[in-house]
Amino acid sequence: MAPLVSASFASRRRVFKLSRRMNLVFGAVVVGLLVAVALLSLVWTPLPPAKMQIIHKLQPPLAFGLLGTDQFGRDVLSMLMAGCWNSLSVAITAVAIGGTLGSIAGISAAAIRGLFETLLMRICDVIFALPPILSAMVLGAFLGPGRFTAITAIAVFMIPVFARVTLATSLQAWSRDYVMAARAIGNTRLTISLRHVLPNIISQIIVHGAIQLGLAILTEAGLSFLGLGLAPPAPSWGRMLADAQTYLAFAPWLAILPGLAIALTVFGFNMLGDGLRDLLDPREMRR
Amino acid sequence: MINLLARRFAGLLLTLFIVSLLIFTVMDLLPGDAASIMLGTSASPETIAALRHDLGLDQPLILRYGQWLAGVLSGDLGNSLTYGVPVAGLIVERLAVTLPLALMAVVLSVAMALPLGVLAAARRGGVFDIIATLFSQISIAVPAFWVALLLIILFSTMLGLMPAGGFPGWSAGLLPALQALLMPAVALAMPQAGVLTRVTRSAVLETLHEDFARTAVAKGLSRNAVLWRHVVPNALIPILTMVGLQFTFLVAGAVLVENVFNLPGLGRLALQALSQRDIVVMQDVVLFFAAMVIVVNFIVDLSYLAIDPRMRKVA
Repeated sequence: MAPLVSASFASRRRVFKLSRRMNLVFGAVVVGLLVAVALLSLVWTPLPPAKMQIIHKLQPPLAFGLLGTDQFGRDVLSMLMAGCWNSLSVAITAVAIGGTLGSIAGISAAAIRGLFETLLMRICDVIFALPPILSAMVLGAFLGPGRFTAITAIAVFMIPVFARVTLATSLQAWSRDYVMAARAIGNTRLTISLRHVLPNIISQIIVHGAIQLGLAILTEAGLSFLGLGLAPPAPSWGRMLADAQTYLAFAPWLAILPGLAIALTVFGFNMLGDGLRDLLDPREMRR
Repeated sequence: MINLLARRFAGLLLTLFIVSLLIFTVMDLLPGDAASIMLGTSASPETIAALRHDLGLDQPLILRYGQWLAGVLSGDLGNSLTYGVPVAGLIVERLAVTLPLALMAVVLSVAMALPLGVLAAARRGGVFDIIATLFSQISIAVPAFWVALLLIILFSTMLGLMPAGGFPGWSAGLLPALQALLMPAVALAMPQAGVLTRVTRSAVLETLHEDFARTAVAKGLSRNAVLWRHVVPNALIPILTMVGLQFTFLVAGAVLVENVFNLPGLGRLALQALSQRDIVVMQDVVLFFAAMVIVVNFIVDLSYLAIDPRMRKVA
């Protein structure tokens, strides 16, 4: 019978390590390119993304422009480029806000413990029970659809995600000898949290941030798809997909291209997150 | 153990209570209340004030919350502002679409992920592992509503094999109804399956290196027996946890996918209520979704005790 852990395990592990390093490189290249495209779209797109040319409507890729045109004759490539900026800016802002607030809550809960920790976990349960799409619907009814609604809905959902991760990792750090030593010489909880706990968990927060960015991109696309994201005429990948639904039979590229853009972006962030985790947290490698 | 169950149940009730209070308060803050929505923009302030009084909207928030909660607990969710029918009936009607859809998606995603994840872990670095890794990375990255559009393009517009949307109702027969739900369920299951494959792979990998697995190999059990009788049951806890955690995303996905396929489910009801500013329906549907997520996670917690007898002892 073949052993459960085969003899060629060592060589496989080398391949595994190499593939993991490739994750990081691939993820970094994809994300880097997307950020470059997003920034470029602020100063240049092949055509203005909102420019309508009805006589050129529903042209397939290469027939008019590189990626064709939509039902109003707008250049799909230009819309995708501008959508890239909108998608990334909403996702990055939401994760930055949610990640910062959540991490502060988690680190504080690990330092204070007791009722504060219980309360925080209960609040996390409450927020977890409301998927971002639903809270965006409620917020959307309140504030109207737009960038602020999308960012708030995603950021609010990110708070408990980060709070839980930082609480768990901070508690581990608090049980270490160096924290004991810092407590023994009379450091306050705040000083220990900032000088000893935070530097030891920051890499995990960054890794988590990269992975959550993928999720934030997906959520933003979903919100735009439902009309709860950015208001027109600002192009967004989700709304391009929503608009494409009417033309599935004779202009399928309108439904395929924005979806590919979303998938590639999420894929890039997930790869980057995985790669960063292996780089910053080598314990994962030994598994 | 009874103690633990009681504590968990109390936690569930408390979370539900806070969620309901939060939803009610936020919805109450919305500009324009039920009275002004029912009467439209042309109504005089006096008429609106009179209707507000009739509906009890001029009472303090806490009193109205109490009344709403009492109604919810007795199964009376109020009447829809747009349809004029009881919301409870609307939810039950729409649930007949959303619940089977969610169940089909969970079953499909487990059916895809479990064998793939287990085989990937059993033959780490092999062909299955590469396929599983690629599958999970790609399916996690694609939005469910895009998969839905691709399925429509392929199976409805190009091949003409499946209906592109709509739901004939269960009265039309089991087969047409299930057929209408199949593509939405696949679209919903894909991202879930990606996450589950990944979790299954790493859970099985970890369990493979436990002492009991080595003992089972040493006493001469076949590779498959070790894997499926000893390793997989022990790896089920993290897999099940993920099924529970993913339920939140399944609900969110259902809202989107129902929209693509024009399915008269709960997600579509919520979206329609939003566009018609039907506060009563919104309030109840959002609470219902949140309650579903909380209860599913509670059931997952409980199922740990059924799966792993060691946990009962700890409890």
